[in-house]
Amino acid sequence: MAESITLEVFRYSPERDADPSFQRYEVPLRKDWVVLDALNYIKDNLDGSLTFRWSCRMGVCGSCGMLVNGEPKLTCATFLSTYARETRPVRVQPLRYFPVIRDLVVEITDFMIKLKSVRPWLIRETEKPTSEGEYLQTPEQLDRYKQFSMCINCMLCYAACPVYGLDPVFIGPAAIALAQRYNIDSRDEGAHERMDVLAQHEGMWACTFVGECTKVCPKHVDPAGAIQQYKLTAAIERFKSFLMPWALK
Amino acid sequence: MREARRTVRYTEYHPRWYRPQVSTWWWVTRWPYLKFILREISSVFVAWFVVVLLLQIRALSRGPEAYAAFELWLQNPLIVLLNLIALFFVVFHAITWFNLAPRAMAIRLRGRRVPDLWIVGTNYVSWAAISLVVVWLLVRS
Repeated sequence: MAESITLEVFRYSPERDADPSFQRYEVPLRKDWVVLDALNYIKDNLDGSLTFRWSCRMGVCGSCGMLVNGEPKLTCATFLSTYARETRPVRVQPLRYFPVIRDLVVEITDFMIKLKSVRPWLIRETEKPTSEGEYLQTPEQLDRYKQFSMCINCMLCYAACPVYGLDPVFIGPAAIALAQRYNIDSRDEGAHERMDVLAQHEGMWACTFVGECTKVCPKHVDPAGAIQQYKLTAAIERFKSFLMPWALK
Repeated sequence: MREARRTVRYTEYHPRWYRPQVSTWWWVTRWPYLKFILREISSVFVAWFVVVLLLQIRALSRGPEAYAAFELWLQNPLIVLLNLIALFFVVFHAITWFNLAPRAMAIRLRGRRVPDLWIVGTNYVSWAAISLVVVWLLVRS
């Protein structure tokens, strides 16, 4: 194994540059180093001006998502050694389809607004008083939504979704998966409220099932599956209301 | 609220961002995207087979001469070529959608999710069974 590896890092300064460029850095190639370690090595030893987001280094906080050789990855979970045999440098870019603020930092307000719009929290028609205790749930009921609840909001799925790239009003994979996570939670009663948001043009029907969101998800949430299951539920509901209008609430 | 969501909103005060345009050829560079576009295009060929079927029914209703003319039209090398390409796309359409079916169908039996293989398998078995019925109908006559 070679002793060093070359990184080709996307650089953009809103004050200095009209266009972005790539800068190459030579970093030590250590067996246990991930791409984020290499970026921190650059920041500490080679170029303090390099800007990027990171926090936990253990695949939980969801802030170090970037493109590594064009693929959306959590840089804290992407080992340098994976790329050691390639002759070309490892290319690190900011997440696709988001505006770039500086270097590898993207603007994420759009995602935050969308996430909030699907009301990803437990909605109750009437809250029961605290004295009556918790809302209980069986392991089976937990198992129904658990996979979708693993989302860490890293936005890799947005960077993999061409629909979001072409039609930025699309609510997007993670937000819809989280809406579905609460819809199928036995304690929740907010499915109708969420349907108002997600049945719109930019909601679930904008998804054309490319399926890449599921492939890049570091937490195996399967947003593509969540969206298709949501579509199926919506279609069945619609069919029911058409056939049996009296059954509507 | 509804109006506000028509456009993408970002922070009010912001520095100069870099916002690249999505290329028209975004689907060429990566195989999964190309496969997706091919799957989408396959619907055109599915529609073509529907048109062929409708033409066949119309010819059938107009009597033996019209049907003979329809069969002659089917033997045109260009139509044969088009139908071969269409067959490839229809098979591609069926296989890709069968393989995606478990994503959309989260069926639970006795508290557990039915394995993906069962759902894909059911699709293929039904496909084979219906094809066998069609073959039987053709051979019988």
